[in-house]
Amino acid sequence: MIGLQHYLTLSAMLFVLSIAGIIVNRRNLILLLMCIELMLLAVNFNFIAFSRYLGDATGQIFVFFILTVAAAEAAIGLAILVVLFRNRRSISVQELNTMKG
Amino acid sequence: MLFHTLLFYVFATVLIGAALGVVFARNPVHSIMFLVLTFFQAAVLWLMAEAEFLAIVLVLVYVGAVMVLFLFVVMMLNVEVEAVKRGLVRYAPLAIVISLIMAVELVQLIWVRGAVTGASYGFAPNPEGYDNTKALGAVLYTEHVYAFEIAAVVLLLAIVAAITLTMRKRPGLKVQDIGKQVSVRAKDRVRIVKMKSESKS
Repeated sequence: MIGLQHYLTLSAMLFVLSIAGIIVNRRNLILLLMCIELMLLAVNFNFIAFSRYLGDATGQIFVFFILTVAAAEAAIGLAILVVLFRNRRSISVQELNTMKG
Repeated sequence: MLFHTLLFYVFATVLIGAALGVVFARNPVHSIMFLVLTFFQAAVLWLMAEAEFLAIVLVLVYVGAVMVLFLFVVMMLNVEVEAVKRGLVRYAPLAIVISLIMAVELVQLIWVRGAVTGASYGFAPNPEGYDNTKALGAVLYTEHVYAFEIAAVVLLLAIVAAITLTMRKRPGLKVQDIGKQVSVRAKDRVRIVKMKSESKS
């Protein structure tokens, strides 16, 4: 019988994996954005599972808004990335040290 | 019910495998393809949790729009693969240690605490005639209507921000200024000069 705990475990594994991805892929800004998307997916898994468990639709409404904000975030993030690449010819995070004192 | 359980484990395995592919793929385009697979498996799992509307929205909006945007940007930027991946080996042990600690803590929190309290964590069946889309729509446009409008404003803001960020003015580009063209008057352009006619000599 699949229940709340199975979904929570799956979401925890996804979240941990995306944190590992952020640590490992510190050079590529696109992969960082993708790992953030994975993290948001894990959070949405939690909301869906609890919404189903409690029989309350509010959790799913919350997922709806998270999806909206994540789409806006991806659009703006990619636009910043394009401008950055146009100016610097690279998207490595470690080369972003212009404001370093 | 056994078949349902089996399906859950199959989709969950593919989901975790695809997420591993996102993190550890050498080529960013492969990472995005794995991310598409991840979102698709997530949509199937949401369908199994009877969140049908959000599952379809995830496929349409995420796989259909956001992932295509990612793919477009990655292919447009054309980042060299090897230069980006040099840090992979150096940080891998740290990442493995941190993620193992977090995974163990989270799993023991979920399962051991659940066993201690002894409550039932199964999903109760939905009532007869339950419609997920109808239930969401009934609260989305009544209780949460302000949040809905703010979400619309956020999306508008994203459009404006993305356009203003990526639009660039290129100097030396020959382009018409329509406003100047329309507002021009005849007296600015044509000058009538009165001259005496010359006499023959």
